[in-house]
Amino acid sequence: MTILFALVPLAMALLVVAIVAFFWAVREGQFEDLDTPAVRILLDDPEARDG
Amino acid sequence: MTSCFHCGEAIPSGVDLALTVEGHRRPVCCPGCLAVAELIERQGLARFYDFRSVPSARPKNATGEASPWAVCDRPEVARRLATDVGNDRQEVRCQVDGVTCAACVWLLERGVRAIDGVEDVSVNPVSGETAVRFVPGKTGVRAILEAIASFGFEPRPALLGRRARGQSEAARDELKRLAVAGLGSAHVMTLAAALYVGDFTRLDATYASFFVLASMLIATPVVLYSGAPIFRSAWRDLRRGRLGMDVPVALAIGAALVASLVNTFRGVEPVYYDSATMFVFFLALGRFFESRARHRAGGLFDALADLRPLGASRVRDGALERVGTIELAVGDRVVVAPGEAVPADGTLLSTHATFDEALLSGESAGRRRARGETVLGGSLNAGHAPAEVEVTRLGADSYLERVGGLLHRALADRPGFLRLADRWAGVFTAAVLVLAAAAGAFWLVVAPERAFEIVLALLVVTCPCALSLAAPTAFAVALGRLARHGLLLRSARALERVGDVTTWLFDKTGTLTEGRMVVANLQTFADAKPAECSAVAAALESGVEHPVARALCGERAVAPAAGVEYRPGFGVSGLVGGRRYRLGSARYVGAASEPARGQCVYLADERAVLARFDLADTLRPHAKEALAKLAEGARLVLVSGDEARAVTSVARSLGLAEFHAAQTPDDKLELLRERQRAGAVVAAVGDGINDAPLLAQADVSVAFVAGSQLARASADVVFTGTDLRVLARLPEWAGAVRRIVRQNLAWAAGYNLAAVPLAATGVLTPWMAAIGMSVSSLLVVANALRLNRALASAPTPLPASRAALLESAAT
Repeated sequence: MTILFALVPLAMALLVVAIVAFFWAVREGQFEDLDTPAVRILLDDPEARDG
Repeated sequence: MTSCFHCGEAIPSGVDLALTVEGHRRPVCCPGCLAVAELIERQGLARFYDFRSVPSARPKNATGEASPWAVCDRPEVARRLATDVGNDRQEVRCQVDGVTCAACVWLLERGVRAIDGVEDVSVNPVSGETAVRFVPGKTGVRAILEAIASFGFEPRPALLGRRARGQSEAARDELKRLAVAGLGSAHVMTLAAALYVGDFTRLDATYASFFVLASMLIATPVVLYSGAPIFRSAWRDLRRGRLGMDVPVALAIGAALVASLVNTFRGVEPVYYDSATMFVFFLALGRFFESRARHRAGGLFDALADLRPLGASRVRDGALERVGTIELAVGDRVVVAPGEAVPADGTLLSTHATFDEALLSGESAGRRRARGETVLGGSLNAGHAPAEVEVTRLGADSYLERVGGLLHRALADRPGFLRLADRWAGVFTAAVLVLAAAAGAFWLVVAPERAFEIVLALLVVTCPCALSLAAPTAFAVALGRLARHGLLLRSARALERVGDVTTWLFDKTGTLTEGRMVVANLQTFADAKPAECSAVAAALESGVEHPVARALCGERAVAPAAGVEYRPGFGVSGLVGGRRYRLGSARYVGAASEPARGQCVYLADERAVLARFDLADTLRPHAKEALAKLAEGARLVLVSGDEARAVTSVARSLGLAEFHAAQTPDDKLELLRERQRAGAVVAAVGDGINDAPLLAQADVSVAFVAGSQLARASADVVFTGTDLRVLARLPEWAGAVRRIVRQNLAWAAGYNLAAVPLAATGVLTPWMAAIGMSVSSLLVVANALRLNRALASAPTPLPASRAALLESAAT
C-alpha cells in the first residue's frame, strides 16, 4: 500500500501534463469548430484521380 | 426544354453551350455555368456531379473587367483579412454562399487545396464558414477568393474587427476553465471516494491525511482558477449592493474551500474539496453550453457587417483607382457603379441617383436621392448610371457600425430569466445567513467545538446549485432551439412575457408581406402577346438592381437590350429584336395616366402601348394560417402607413378583422399606448425604421432580420425566417420554458428544505453533501434538456438546401 505514496503524486503530474496539453490544443485552435467534424465523417472520400 | 447540367435551370432557346464530362456531352445555360463546369472537369473533380444531391447555385454574372478581388492584393486590405496563425502561416476566413450540400464542401475543399501554397481548407457545411490556411509567400488572399469564386461559389471575406477577436478569446478562456475544472474534479473525486470508503472501513490515518493533502493541492488552484469568474461576478454584485445569484454560489464555494483548508490544517475530518471542485465544474459546464448556444445564435450577426463592399473606386487626380474600403478617408470622392454597394456613409455629389436601401430600411422601392443628400454605406446603386459620393463618415461613426454595435451590446445583455432567479437569490441568501447564524448560536451553546464546522456545512449544502443552474440551462437550451427555428431572442424577458400577450400589432410591408415587388398582373393591349412583353421588359431592365427591375426580370438572366437609354423619373428605352421599345411611367410611353392604379409600369413600342405591368408586394407564405393560430389566444391588429386600398386588400386576404391604414409612426405609437392603457399586453411585429419606437414601447417586440437595423436593435426577438407559422408557435414554446423553470425552482427549493435540517443538526457528512449537490444539479439540467423535445417540432420544412444537406448526411 505504500506504493500509493508514489502513485498519487504521479497521477498529479499526469494531471498537469493533461492540462498543459489541453491548453496547447485550445491555443492551436483545435476547438474552434465543434460542429463540422460530426458531419464530415459522412462525406465520401473517393479514390483519387490520376493526373 | 432541357435543363442546365450545372445549375438545373431551364436553358433558354437560342443558347447552345455544352461541355464534355466523362465522355458525355452536357448542355449548360450560360457562360458562367460553362466556365465553372469546365474548371471542375479540368481539375479532375467531376465526381462532384455524382455526389451532389441538389443542383448548384447559378454563378453570378461576372462584371467583366478586373477581378473583384484585386483589392485584396493591397497590403492594407490583406492585413485586415488574414491572421497569423504561427509557424509563418496565415489564415483567411470567409462566409461562402452557394454551399448547398455536402458535395459542395468536398468540391470546395479539394478545389482550393489544389492551389500551391494552401495547406488546409475547412468548410462548415451548415453555415458556409470557411477557413483557409496558407503560406503567405506562395499564395495570397486574392488567389484563394478567386479560386472559390471560380467554382461557382460566392465568398464573403470577414474583415477582422476587434469584436470578432474579443469573442473568441473569451470563448477560449471558458473552455480552458472548463477543462481544468473537469480534470481537476475527476482527480479530487477519486481521492474523495477513497475517503468516503474510509469512513466505513478503517482507513489508516496516514493515508487519510495523505489523500486530504493531495486533494488540497489539486482543488485549491482548480477552484481559484475555474471559479474566478463566479467570484468576480459576486464581488461586483456585492459592491453594487445587490444580492445576485452569484453571491450565494460564491459564498458556498468559498465556504467549502475555506472549511476544507482550515480542517486540513487542523487535522480534522470533514473536508469538502470534492463538492467545491465538482460544483465549479457544473457551473463551468452550464456557462459553456449557454455561451455556445448564444454563439450559434449570434453568428448570424456577423453577416450584417459585410453589407459594405471590400473595394471602392476612388477619384484621384482625375482618374479612378481601385482601393480597399478600409483605406478610404473622410473627404474622399468615390464612384459607385450601378449595382455596386456604397462603400461608406457620404453625401451625394451627382445630380440624382437611386439607391436600394432595402437592407437598411426594409423598403421595397428604391430611394431617389438628390445632390447634397446623405447616402448610407451598404445601400446599392439601383440606377442605371454611376453615382459620385463624397465620404463623410467612416468606421465607428458610420451608420452601420453604430447600429451593429447597439445590437451587439443588446445581445450580450444578461437574460431576464436570471433576473427572476436573482430576485430569489436575494431572499435566499438572507434566509441562509440567518439560518447559519441561528445554527451557529445554537451549537456554540451546546457543543462549541462543532459550531464552526456545522455553520460551514450549512453554507455548503444550501449552495443553490440547482437554483443557479435552473434558469440559465433552460434558457440556453431554449435559445439554441429557437435559434434553429430562426427566432433569435435578445433577452429572456421576451420569453417570459410572450405567454401573457393579449394583443398582436402587425406592420404590413416587410412583415406580413415579403417587401419584394413582383408582377401581380400583366395587362396587354392591342394584340401584344404576354410572353413577348415580359421578355422585352426583362431585356430592357436586365442587370439593374432596382426593385422594379428585379420584379420584371424575375430570376432569369436575360441578354440585355441594345442601345439602352435611361431617363430618370420616366423610364428606359432600348432596342430588342431591332425594334425600339419604351418602358416606364404612363407619361413616358404616351398612355393615359391612371393614378388610382397603384404602382405600375407601361411597355410601348414606336406604334402603340403594348402592356401594363401591375406591381405588388407578395404576402408571406402561410401568413393566413399563422395569424389564425395566433388569433386563438389573442386579438390581432394590422397597422400600416400604406394607403387604405392596399391595406384593406391585405387584411381581407389574411382574414384580419381589425386594420388601420395611413398611420404615421406617431399614430401607431398612440394606438399601442391606448391598448396598453386599457390593460392589454401588446406584442408588436415590424421591420421598418419607422417601427423602432413602436418596438421599443411594446411589451414584446419582434423584428425581421431583413428589416432595418434600428428595428432589430429595439426588438426582443429577431426573426430570420420568412414563415410566420414559426412565430405563431412562440406563445406555446414560451409556456413550455416557463413550466420547466418553475419545476426546476420548485425542486431546488425542496432539496434545500430537506438538506438544511441535516446540516443544522450536524448529521451531514461530506459525501452526503457531494451527492446532494450533484444529484440536484444533474436533475435540474436533465429537466432543462427536456426543453429540447418540447421545442423541437417544427411545422415548417427547412430551406431546401439545408434539408438536402442533412438528408445527405443522414444517408
